Amino acid sequence: MGTPGRSTPNGSPAIRAEQLCRHYRMGEAVIRAVDGLNLQVRAGEFVALLGSSGSGKSSVLNLIAGLDRPTSGSVVVHDRDLAKLSREELAGYRLRTVGMVFQSFNLIASMTLAENVELPMRFAEVDRGKRDSLAREALTRVGLQARMNHRPSELSGGEQQRAALARALINRPQLLLADEPTGNLDSRTGIEIMNMVREFNRQLGMTVVMVTHERALAERYADRLIFLADGKLVGDQANSVAASAARIEPSGREAVRP
Amino acid sequence: MKLPDLTELAVRNLRESLLRNSLTTVGISVGVASLVAMLSLGIGLQQLASRRLMKSGLFDTVVVTSRRDLRNFGHEEERSGPAPGESRILDESTRQEIEHLPNVLEAYPDIRFITELHYEDKPHLTMISALPESAKSNDAFEQMQGHFFSSDMAAEVVIQKAFAEELLGKTPKSGIDETNVASLASPLLGKELVMRYAQREASPATSSSSAKSAAKDAPIPSGDQSLAGAAYSVVSREQKLKIVGVADLDPESMRGPTRARVFLPLKLAESLHVMQPTDLREISRAATDQPAYSSISVRVKNPSQIRAIEDAIKKMGFNTFSILDASRSLQQFFAVLDLFLGIFGSLALAVASIGIVNTLVMAILERRREIGIMKAIGASDGDVKKLFFAEAGAMGILGGIVGVALGWAIGQAINLGTNIYLKRQALPPEHFWAVPWWLVGAAIVFAFIVSLLSGLYPAGRAARLDPVQALRYE
Repeated sequence: MGTPGRSTPNGSPAIRAEQLCRHYRMGEAVIRAVDGLNLQVRAGEFVALLGSSGSGKSSVLNLIAGLDRPTSGSVVVHDRDLAKLSREELAGYRLRTVGMVFQSFNLIASMTLAENVELPMRFAEVDRGKRDSLAREALTRVGLQARMNHRPSELSGGEQQRAALARALINRPQLLLADEPTGNLDSRTGIEIMNMVREFNRQLGMTVVMVTHERALAERYADRLIFLADGKLVGDQANSVAASAARIEPSGREAVRP
Repeated sequence: MKLPDLTELAVRNLRESLLRNSLTTVGISVGVASLVAMLSLGIGLQQLASRRLMKSGLFDTVVVTSRRDLRNFGHEEERSGPAPGESRILDESTRQEIEHLPNVLEAYPDIRFITELHYEDKPHLTMISALPESAKSNDAFEQMQGHFFSSDMAAEVVIQKAFAEELLGKTPKSGIDETNVASLASPLLGKELVMRYAQREASPATSSSSAKSAAKDAPIPSGDQSLAGAAYSVVSREQKLKIVGVADLDPESMRGPTRARVFLPLKLAESLHVMQPTDLREISRAATDQPAYSSISVRVKNPSQIRAIEDAIKKMGFNTFSILDASRSLQQFFAVLDLFLGIFGSLALAVASIGIVNTLVMAILERRREIGIMKAIGASDGDVKKLFFAEAGAMGILGGIVGVALGWAIGQAINLGTNIYLKRQALPPEHFWAVPWWLVGAAIVFAFIVSLLSGLYPAGRAARLDPVQALRYE
């Protein structure tokens, strides 16, 4: 069960999942990717979803992201029941409330970094004049001001993931959802990315939900570790390591054991 | 997403797979080109036909006949209104009345009679008709040898080519008419013809004109020339006429067998008081009657007003005839022709639209992941749909523009080729190709609409794509 704690200004948690189920039909068999999950995440919390592959952690993330709809149960994010939103409203939710980063970066290959970062602002119909400076600002924040007009294929994995972070944050979402953000990176670059994520979490007060199978990484950065197996919650523990690590100045030189 | 963003993204996406999208666009261009080529051929032919007919003066002329005259042109003979015997006759006052109708350019009596013309003492029987000065602009006299009448009263004639051949004793060959008008005209121009005709004279007692002066000085028939009795005498007269022109074409083709081959100036003809066929029926008429015309030709300012003027004249109690009915069926013919040409032209565009569907469906498969990404970062179904629509529309507009240019070029090439052929056949060049501005606009708009329709299915499919599956797809 989720630990009730810090909540949104009006008192309810940022994310609340109740009896959440997502079942897939594969021929005759029914795959229970998420199976009766109850979960609460406070606003501003950094939560890691851990589990082996097939445990349903990515499915949970997709449900929270509004990319997928539950078979039954509900996901309420900032008092909005995602299951009750229309497709159009769900797109708006993804646009303004959620920022996502993926294991494979998912930048659009035909666009430069600046254009990639600008894209969510196009969907949000932000003024043309403002977009340029906002995209530049976001890329500067992740240290890519010199690479703005490069295409993703011309960049290293770490740089691509930093650009993806800039894109995820451009519309100032309340929620950052990360699906194995360091999965395609070497450990050193992974730490670099994780430090950035934690910085956003601490400085901007963003709620972060990160899916990972690297327990060490989760222990190092997350406030809370949630363990999933076969679509069910099997463990939920506050992480004291991260709390102490937060006090230490983050440094890229520290090594992480996979 | 706003339109400028949409267009920008669509164009960049089209550039990404340049070859495939270019080929699709070329497909649309070819479709539009064939449509434009077909339709401009139809329009050009139609314009050519109506230009020819318009110049001939057929379309702006209404022929008015009296209802008393049973022998009219047979068209639209109205049985309603006053009985033929009581209806009005065509005289000078009715001519003036008709001339004062709105949009009437002129109304002149048709004077035509068959008589003998002597050339080098040989008699030639032919139909003669009188022409007003305005006939000068008639297409038939455009390439005439010599010149038109120097004045409306000049004792001059213009003869038709066939009559010129007769005068020179040449028999017209059947088939292709290769006789050169110039060679016919040179021995005839300036020569004199003697016309023998029957003059209708009021009555020997009251007539002030002597036999000699009557030919040239007889007053124009008018209201003051009332007849003392019902009878009039017929006097044989002669009139010398100078040949001033030889016309190549037949200016009275619409009259068929009654067409004239020799033409006199109208005022001169009126002054001659030639006995006309209708006069025979006038014998029994009341003495106060003015000389009646067998028919009056009315020229209107614009062919589109013919119908209204015809109706107005009918209300006055006359029969009318115009070639408008013939032109209607001509228009119908061209409408059908245009339809068929349009259908054939559209077939190519239909094939091209399948090309668009194919290209966009391929693009969806290829850009599946990209669509997934866009949805994950907040694109709505509508955004994705609009993006694919914009791509289809951009290909359509581009293909439309290129296609119109291509169609125009094809048309020019065919026109040029045909004119080279016509030149070899010693025929005058023709412009039977027309790309009006409305066709340019309509073709581009049509290409755009067809493209959007083709984009309907791919865009809908792209919009419905499940982002989770799309993102899983590598």
